Amino acid sequence: MTPRRRRLILVSGIVAGVALAGFLVLRSLQENVMFFYDPTQVAVGEAPIGQRFRLGGMVKPGSVQRTAGTLRLAFVVTDYKRDVPVQYEGVVPDLFRENQGVVAHGRLGTDGVFVAEEILAKHDENYMPPEVARAIKEKHGGVMPKGPTP
Amino acid sequence: MIPELGHFALILAMLVAIVQSAFGLAGPALQRERWIAAVRPAVTMQFLLQSAALLALMFAFVSNDFSVQYVAQNSNSALPVVYRVAAVWGAHEGSLLLWGWILAAWTLAVALFSRGLPAGFAARTQGVLGLVSVGFVSFTLATSNPFERLLPAAPDGRDLNPLLQDPALASHPPMLYAGYVGFAVAFAFACAAMIEGRLDQTWARWTRPWTTVAWAFLSVGIALGSWWAYYELGWGGYWFWDPVENASFMPWLVGTALIHSLAVTEKRGLFKSWTLLLAILAFSLSLLGTFLVRSGVLVSVHSFAADPTRGIFILVFLVLVIGGALALYAWRAPLLRSTAGFEFSARESFLLFNNILLVVAAAAVFAGTMAPLISDALGLGTLSVGKQYFDPVFLLPTLPLIALASVGIFSRWKRGQLAPHRGAILFTLALAAAITAALMLGVWGGAKFLTPVGFALGFWLIAASFVDPVDRLRRGLRLTPAIVGMTIAHIGLGVFVVSVTAVESYTRERDLALAIGESGRVGDFDYRLDGLRSAEGPNYDALRGTVTVLQAGKPVVTLHPEKRNYWVQGSVMTEADIHMQPARDVFVALGEDLGGGRWSVRAQIRPLINYVWLAAFLMAIGGIVAASDRRYRRSGESV
Amino acid sequence: MKYLIPAGVFALLVVVLAIGIQRAPSKNVIPSALIGKPAPTWSLPVIASNQSPTPASFDSERLRGRWFVFNVWGTWCPECKVEHPMLLEMARQKKLPLIGLDWKDDDAAARRWLESLGDPYDVVVADRDGRTAIDFGVYGAPETFLIDDRGVVVYKHVGAMNPDVWQREFLARLPTAAPSDGTQGQP
Repeated sequence: MTPRRRRLILVSGIVAGVALAGFLVLRSLQENVMFFYDPTQVAVGEAPIGQRFRLGGMVKPGSVQRTAGTLRLAFVVTDYKRDVPVQYEGVVPDLFRENQGVVAHGRLGTDGVFVAEEILAKHDENYMPPEVARAIKEKHGGVMPKGPTP
Repeated sequence: MIPELGHFALILAMLVAIVQSAFGLAGPALQRERWIAAVRPAVTMQFLLQSAALLALMFAFVSNDFSVQYVAQNSNSALPVVYRVAAVWGAHEGSLLLWGWILAAWTLAVALFSRGLPAGFAARTQGVLGLVSVGFVSFTLATSNPFERLLPAAPDGRDLNPLLQDPALASHPPMLYAGYVGFAVAFAFACAAMIEGRLDQTWARWTRPWTTVAWAFLSVGIALGSWWAYYELGWGGYWFWDPVENASFMPWLVGTALIHSLAVTEKRGLFKSWTLLLAILAFSLSLLGTFLVRSGVLVSVHSFAADPTRGIFILVFLVLVIGGALALYAWRAPLLRSTAGFEFSARESFLLFNNILLVVAAAAVFAGTMAPLISDALGLGTLSVGKQYFDPVFLLPTLPLIALASVGIFSRWKRGQLAPHRGAILFTLALAAAITAALMLGVWGGAKFLTPVGFALGFWLIAASFVDPVDRLRRGLRLTPAIVGMTIAHIGLGVFVVSVTAVESYTRERDLALAIGESGRVGDFDYRLDGLRSAEGPNYDALRGTVTVLQAGKPVVTLHPEKRNYWVQGSVMTEADIHMQPARDVFVALGEDLGGGRWSVRAQIRPLINYVWLAAFLMAIGGIVAASDRRYRRSGESV
Repeated sequence: MKYLIPAGVFALLVVVLAIGIQRAPSKNVIPSALIGKPAPTWSLPVIASNQSPTPASFDSERLRGRWFVFNVWGTWCPECKVEHPMLLEMARQKKLPLIGLDWKDDDAAARRWLESLGDPYDVVVADRDGRTAIDFGVYGAPETFLIDDRGVVVYKHVGAMNPDVWQREFLARLPTAAPSDGTQGQP
């Protein structure tokens, strides 16, 4: 083999390897990203059933129900238009409380209940998940709804 | 008065930085000796002024001067003095000031240690650093002045975010910034070389120690941040692929590639334009990290309150610095062709693959970090990318990277001569396989299919790292710091791989619902909730649990996790308690009242987790040792 | 040519980042979950009021039927000091009653503050343990709420009040007949 030929093989090998890596990265990205849905999108059936996604909204006041003495928890996530019931088992973050923004990772069941695997914690109380803020903002044209919501 | 002096010093520092960059860049171009001679005093002056500004802010914090808005917002008279000092970089404005000071310190170091360098080249380097400094200080002054007064003064401050009141996190930003900003030196060397249109092996020898030291700081900074997240956030994880973590990890990966490609450029005069590109890239990614954290473009658990107008300023700065450097690169790099050749199994090939794999890994992290932003910008929906993406995509290039390192250690420059080392290579591999088998069959048991791969690769790298130094000692050769440093760093990487494998494979975690006196089983440990009582700290009150952890019926340790309520900010914080042992960590965090007399308790057993951070420190020590090699302190002969 | 690739990739990146900035949520869009909901009820000890004699405690029920402004502050809060002149100006206009919630504070310090800086409030109540502020979802002082005659939270402002917000977000939300409502009969 001439050095020139060897160099050619080396370079084409690298190019092929990098291309393969790029392909795998993109494919993995396609398969593993989690999309964000708000309660209205879930209620009208835009969200996929059985696939992992992020659900974000506010914890509806008065909706948090515990099975006393267990880690099981049920609550309702709302965007002030539509509600989605959520079930979770585990420790919730410090800032999880009614009337606060929340992001849950999990899957939607055929019964319309969102089973959360993870509930997101944030450092700062000074925080509403931006997706949630935007979703709510878009829904109400930048102004919060006046009067009691349905 | 003191804050005004600080503000004034900062303004002067910017003016001096302008002088520094003007003289540093124009002096050599126009061949004005006296302009060049003025650069070093300007650098010294800038460092003194930046120090004055930083000290002024520190003084305001320590003396509880709540007439300074930044102090009032981030400190409190009840805050211990240590954290009042650390509160200087507890939020946006002060951390920028710290960044600027660190840049001035690096520049001063360059000025002091560059006496052996050709005057024109040194002046250009300091000129480029001056430009970066102008950008940062003007950013601070224009959008984030930490010395702004609050009149009338506040009687007391709002307190530092309780999460930041922690030794690891107090030292995390300075370390991280020292790393980020340190890459500015390599960047400036690269720009100076491109301006001169000349780049040779001497250049690489000058650049190497700076890059390595910056990289060591960055390693420590990342490790401290990860350690803090582990014990302070109360979730028990050590790496979340969070945008801010990624922002510090990408420059680290590229910096690692740069260290290795600089070795090739120094020893063999190869990879010149590639090395330049990596030097630009490492610093660009550091700046990009700042942009992502400060602008609020990416959402993160770590980000400070973000402000888009600041984002625009940084973006413009980014375009000027990175865009300028890349334009310079497009113009000048074609002049810097490498000519020498090398054989397929020579060390050059291994380092080439090392570079490709590291850059691919960085690109994969970059793609995942930017995907939400790109998808959003193109209106494709809001998405997030997590562990499910990052873990496999990151392992894809890094597993072969570790294997290549274990073989590549045996390779020699220029000629492919692996055959004489076949015995050593196979012996170390067999040794690693034996240790892996013993561990998995005897101690921990089977796990995921990547577990034996991870263990074997990690132990192989550790074993292989020892061969060359031991061989040298046996032959009565001297061990240079460069070789010792490299060996330590590679062992560190091996330890890292082994410990991450153990943590990922054998962590046992459960959320338990316990009444007082009840216990729950996690792995082969029992967690028993013995009691709950209230406690009080200097600036918080807390609910303090007593949890006894038992193994085979015998108590191992009693832990006291807390749920704290910080008075001033009114925030609730979970303070986990962790029993750290060489073999494993026993972790417990207190959740909330579940009703029915039960409390939620998060219990975790994580084997070998402390070695993850220990490994990062080993790598950093290796870097420092290598950079101390006398070879780098010989004066440069020519450019 | 190939040396231009990095610059090209960077240019693309800048475009994405620029769009990203445009869409980045700014700090002030954090809506309060309480908006559109009934305000929490409270009954708290009074620190100061414009009635004489000053009652020992005050109940939120007594505000039912009129629009009012509910301001959360504390003497430990630097931003509140900045805000204070604006509160005095709002009080001077007599368009809406102004109720102060002195959050996690010392009563004596609060009285000294009101004496030296002026008292814009119709009533100031003390939230010593911070319970009421938590009910209101307050995460930092100052915060100011606009509450309507049915006791529903209409608007919430985070940070110091300023004339612009007062005009655009508070006064503009009042029903046309309401402003006079507030001035009649102090609570």
